[in-house]
Amino acid sequence: MLGRVANGIFWMYRYLERAENTARLLAAGHRMSLTRGPEAATEEWRSVLTTLGLLQAYTANHEGFSGAQVCDFVLRGKGNELNVLSMFERARTNARSCRSAITLEVWEAVNEAWMTLREQLARPVREASLGTVLAAIRRESTIARGATHGSMLRNEIYCFARAGTFIERADNTARILDVKYYLLLPSLAYVGTPLDTAQWDNVLRSLSGERAYRWLNAGRMDARSIADFVILDARFPRSLAFCYAAIAENLAALARLHGREGPAHELMRSADEQLTGKTIDEIFDFGLHQFLGQFIVSNQAVSDAIAEQYRFIV
Amino acid sequence: MTTTEPAQFDEMHAPDGSVRRAYAEYQQWLSEQDGMWMRRKSAEAESFFRRTGITFNVYGDEDGEERLIPFDMVPRILTGSEWRRLSRGIEQRVRAINAFMHDLYHRQEIIRSGRLPERLFRDNSAWLPQMVGFTPPGGVYTHIVGIDLVRTGPDEFLVLEDNARTPSGVSYMLENRETMMAMFPELFSRVKVQPVSNYPRMLAKSLAACAPRGAPDVPTVAVLTPGIYNSAYFEHAFLADQMGAELVEGSDLRVVDGRVQMRTTQGFQPIDVLYRRVDDDFLDPLTFNPQSVLGVPGIMDVYRAGRVTIANAPGTGVADDKAIYSFMPEIVEFYTGEKPLLGNVQTWRCADPDGFKYVLEHLGELVVKEVHGSGGYGMLIGPTASRREIAAFRDKLLANPANYIAQPTLALSTVPIFTRKGLAPRHVDLRPFVLVSPDGIEITPGGLTRVALKKGSLVVNSSQGGGTKDSWVLDD
Repeated sequence: MLGRVANGIFWMYRYLERAENTARLLAAGHRMSLTRGPEAATEEWRSVLTTLGLLQAYTANHEGFSGAQVCDFVLRGKGNELNVLSMFERARTNARSCRSAITLEVWEAVNEAWMTLREQLARPVREASLGTVLAAIRRESTIARGATHGSMLRNEIYCFARAGTFIERADNTARILDVKYYLLLPSLAYVGTPLDTAQWDNVLRSLSGERAYRWLNAGRMDARSIADFVILDARFPRSLAFCYAAIAENLAALARLHGREGPAHELMRSADEQLTGKTIDEIFDFGLHQFLGQFIVSNQAVSDAIAEQYRFIV
Repeated sequence: MTTTEPAQFDEMHAPDGSVRRAYAEYQQWLSEQDGMWMRRKSAEAESFFRRTGITFNVYGDEDGEERLIPFDMVPRILTGSEWRRLSRGIEQRVRAINAFMHDLYHRQEIIRSGRLPERLFRDNSAWLPQMVGFTPPGGVYTHIVGIDLVRTGPDEFLVLEDNARTPSGVSYMLENRETMMAMFPELFSRVKVQPVSNYPRMLAKSLAACAPRGAPDVPTVAVLTPGIYNSAYFEHAFLADQMGAELVEGSDLRVVDGRVQMRTTQGFQPIDVLYRRVDDDFLDPLTFNPQSVLGVPGIMDVYRAGRVTIANAPGTGVADDKAIYSFMPEIVEFYTGEKPLLGNVQTWRCADPDGFKYVLEHLGELVVKEVHGSGGYGMLIGPTASRREIAAFRDKLLANPANYIAQPTLALSTVPIFTRKGLAPRHVDLRPFVLVSPDGIEITPGGLTRVALKKGSLVVNSSQGGGTKDSWVLDD
């Protein structure tokens, strides 16, 4: 396949994944802002913007942190080049320029996602309809993923689609954790307070992991096991370990198809060792914040190495 | 000035209101349908096209929005015998055009014989000196041709224009049929219509048959597109997808080791046949427009070395020229030794003093076109133009007469379209698609019917608000 097309596919799935994760983050933030006082709400919206890397851009144009303003900025904000609507736009543009690499089902799913959200985000989103819009974002991404899973050949193209998905997901999970890392530090002062449990719950919700976690832990909730769950539990589809197993699998499939490995494979192996070769205690000893910071950087390096090795750009 | 509307031929209804044979079965079916249901179907068609992304971009449109070409759900129907006659004429014309191209770039017998003035192609910007003395693989110049036909009576089909360069619209022919079959499946079980869905397979086969000598048994075919902002991008992607060919852009291609190669995830891989949807001028910045980023530097050298097939061959645009068109009856006769089966529309050449004089005296009645123009741009439709428009056009004409030809306003045939008030006749044309390879000439039954949606309008171009119809050839 063409390098340009591999690039287009890789990023199409990164944008779809990012849009979905952003919606999830907003939904969790919104819930948090409803259940706490105004101060906690402001704090929460600030942390949502920090996670998305949008805090500076937001404060440049806005006073205060109302939920409606933040959501509008993130979803469709004019001063925000990478708002959710534009992620769908980019995904669709990529789908168009790689039209012959995807199935009709995938194209229709992405095209309809863009049409639906363009309509829903044509005007500022009222708080009353925020839930509907966020659900629509997740649903449209889910349909695109389902169409991909159900209709695409398991070939090179599919490997780049999956690699893009999981590079992005790993990045997003790591960022969500990194902004809230201090909540997960095993500090005696916090343990068991209602604020604490609500915050932990919020982290899990941002990753759609609250039910899975509860199911696995039978009502107990503590910082260490939450961190273990979202970083190292390879059964949880948004954990870093899960994402890295998936990236490794797809890079291995590419190596089989092409009959050779390259620098991306090497980099991936060492990044994976840094992650799955560790226990959660080792990660805490090393420093959770430092660990996540390093992870985000090496994840980006893997992404760059894939682009380089597979001739994404001229 | 007043003009009288010439009597026009309606393809569905005879003047006495009866339904012609081609439409008999369709009419029978239609009379059994509920009006409300048909209106709902019409809206359904639009959402179908939006969802599948069958859109085109309009040049110069500010918001760059993709538009739909309006689709009308009343089919345009030809009988099998009408089509057989028509397709013989088309084949003859396409055969002649291909022979003409070869001659123009080799011995130029037609000029030596005095049938065609030399200036016609010497002044023609589509004429490429780089092609002189070179024979494309398989001797094929015009791999894909679209012949625009108009009808003025029961047996009168005329060629309005030849598209030997890069005719577009075939994807609409295919999608219109798919849409009709999805909307009215029971109609197709009642009326036997010749299928068109073979086209992509035939195209792939035809292109492969034109691969250069030494290419593998299954040659690598790629479709070269200017990219997603091109007005026909949908079609480029559609055809690549349907043929199972790579869809490439100029930036994907490079000349490596004397071959045209595409940058894949595993390095460069050679291409044998390039179905390019990029104009000659942009094909090779080293040979033609140096500013072009849409083409491949050095591709013309590879081409001339016989190591890649370019479809259509560079330089075939000469045949699309409207001044050349006016000589087409002579051209057909010269190369086939037969009388042309398909007529031309009467054409006055402004390059000829007599023709020019006539045109100036009758501007208000004529359609005046630029010889290199296309897409309905830059033309004057005398009968509907204002006095001021005619005066402005006269100035342009006087400044450069050789740049123009004129034709009478034809009584184009009509076919009904579906409107809120029922069926209403509108003017149509027809573009059948023709494939040429060393194995022969293939014509897909039917083609693309374009229809002027405005009452009385003769302009069917999609860029000017025209629509399309599914075009049927009955299997009778």
